[in-house]
Amino acid sequence: MSYGTLYGMIRVTGLAKRFGATPALDSLDLHVPEGQVHGLLGPNGAGKTTLVRILTTLLRPGAGQARVAGFDVVRQAADVRRHIGLVGQHAAVDELLTGRQNLAMFARLSHLPPRAAAARADELLDQFGLADAGSKPAKDYSGGMRRRLDLAAGLILAPPVLFLDEPTTGLDPRARDQVWSAIRDLAGRGATILLTTQYLEEADRLADKISIIDGGRLAAAGTPAELKATIGGDRIEVVAASAADLPAVAALLGPYARIDADARRVSAPAPDRVAALTRAVRGLEEAAIAAEDIGVRRPTLDEVFLRLTERTA
Amino acid sequence: MRWAIADGWTITRRDLAHWANQPGQIVAGLLFPVMIVLMFGYLFGGGMTVPGGGDYREFLMPGMFALTMVFGLETTYAAVSADAARGVTDRFRSLPMASSAVVTGRAAADLLNSALALAVLVGCGLAVGWRAEAGPGRAALALGLVLLLRFALLWLGIWLGLVVGKPEALVAVQILVWPVGFLSSALVSPATMPGWLGAIAEWNPLSATAAAARELFGNPGWGGDSWAAQHAITLAVAWPLVIVAVFFPLSIRAFRRLGG
Ligand SMILES: Nc1ncnc2c1ncn2[C@@H]1O[C@H](COP(=O)(O)OP(=O)(O)O)[C@@H](O)[C@H]1O
Ligand SMILES: [Mg+2]
Repeated sequence: MSYGTLYGMIRVTGLAKRFGATPALDSLDLHVPEGQVHGLLGPNGAGKTTLVRILTTLLRPGAGQARVAGFDVVRQAADVRRHIGLVGQHAAVDELLTGRQNLAMFARLSHLPPRAAAARADELLDQFGLADAGSKPAKDYSGGMRRRLDLAAGLILAPPVLFLDEPTTGLDPRARDQVWSAIRDLAGRGATILLTTQYLEEADRLADKISIIDGGRLAAAGTPAELKATIGGDRIEVVAASAADLPAVAALLGPYARIDADARRVSAPAPDRVAALTRAVRGLEEAAIAAEDIGVRRPTLDEVFLRLTERTA
Repeated sequence: MRWAIADGWTITRRDLAHWANQPGQIVAGLLFPVMIVLMFGYLFGGGMTVPGGGDYREFLMPGMFALTMVFGLETTYAAVSADAARGVTDRFRSLPMASSAVVTGRAAADLLNSALALAVLVGCGLAVGWRAEAGPGRAALALGLVLLLRFALLWLGIWLGLVVGKPEALVAVQILVWPVGFLSSALVSPATMPGWLGAIAEWNPLSATAAAARELFGNPGWGGDSWAAQHAITLAVAWPLVIVAVFFPLSIRAFRRLGG
């Protein structure tokens, strides 16, 4: 069994970092097991980039501990660098070099021998659909192509841990889809990926597990489904035809029912979805209460996100 | 150590690839000082007199050699700040490469660039009638002092690039460089300047290198009688050493500071 399966590829405990008076990270804990795509979701300024920079040895933590692939990011920075790929928030490629020259240079700097570096560059160009553009300077690339080149540059050594900082911010939908499929492909090959994003949709689609951070603190963590459940999970909603029936409907739906008098709506948790719906329909029939509408609704991740981040904002 | 050299060379080669990919840019950069030579040598040159008598173009060339090294500061700043702003520096720092290579590779590339610029200027000088009158040995020494100035200014450029880190601030660096360039004995004699400006010009590191080069090439100098003018060669060695002593450690510190 490898270290990663035993202890997780990314282990962060009590991590803190401040810039002057601004706490960018505040006693953050994070655990990412091997092979997981972990979505780090948070609004602008939440501390996502700061965390990525610490984990990729670019920034020293203020307090706490962080290990990547089993190595301490401060004391074993060189070992960490051999096991990671970084795709930062801005496409960090040399604009004046061609795509191929960029990859070959980063490969040489990753200490591949010249011939292997050239071969790896070609392989990555192929893999990211850039083979035809390989001889063009990066400054002539479209946003999506540049991002893919950037992604390729982060994968020279086929690193077991990959950090992607807002990889689709600023891309058009077509380019975004290309990057998404590249990320899925990497995940399919077993890479551990920490993906930061401001987009719920992105986290929902790509991540196995999501940590929501806000103001440098962990606001919530779990699978997309678990997070949706944290704000009450599925709810049953009944809109009564007459306001006079509201208390009776509430009694039917159980002790946690909430009445919204203006909308003539009663809602209650419904973890057992269909059974709850059947019970409600039967109950309404027996009590001869007319309902205008009835249904079970699943909260969206947007609601989770907004609920969690407006509390601290 | 082996990686420090290999990685530095990779970074240097990257700049060489820039030249190959953008030949227009590099040619324009090389022609700019040539244009100044032609402008001062022919357009304004008629109005210029060298205090000791002697040919103005002979006086001008060593000054242009030194001035071109000062302009090199802009190249260094532009390259370092662009890498910092675009995240390329961060990518380098996240790789398992020797971190010193980011700086040493840059230094070697810029020195090569300046050596090439110097070679073009020497050719241009020979074409307009300038000669190294005192023999090849002293001429080589003169060129060495000129490159030493460039080497020193490298660290100022790297330091500025790292701490400012904004490519758009290049204009500010130019605003800094040009007065230093013109408030010197590179193009005109400080004797023609008002008293206090002349004194600044005399002590300008650029003037020291220009004056030392004139002396070693056997070209006419402006013949001031101050201590600075009399000890040009000493100053042309001392100034760059002082600049290196200050800005080399500052650059290294700034590079480390990137890690907060
Ligand atoms: N180098 C820095 N100097 C000062 N403040 C910083 C620096 N980097 C980040 N910050 C601050 O730290 C907080 C977190 O920033 P960041 O990690 O970039 O957030 P995110 O990537 O989630 O948008 C913000 O308030 C930001 O202004
Ligand atoms: Mg960010």
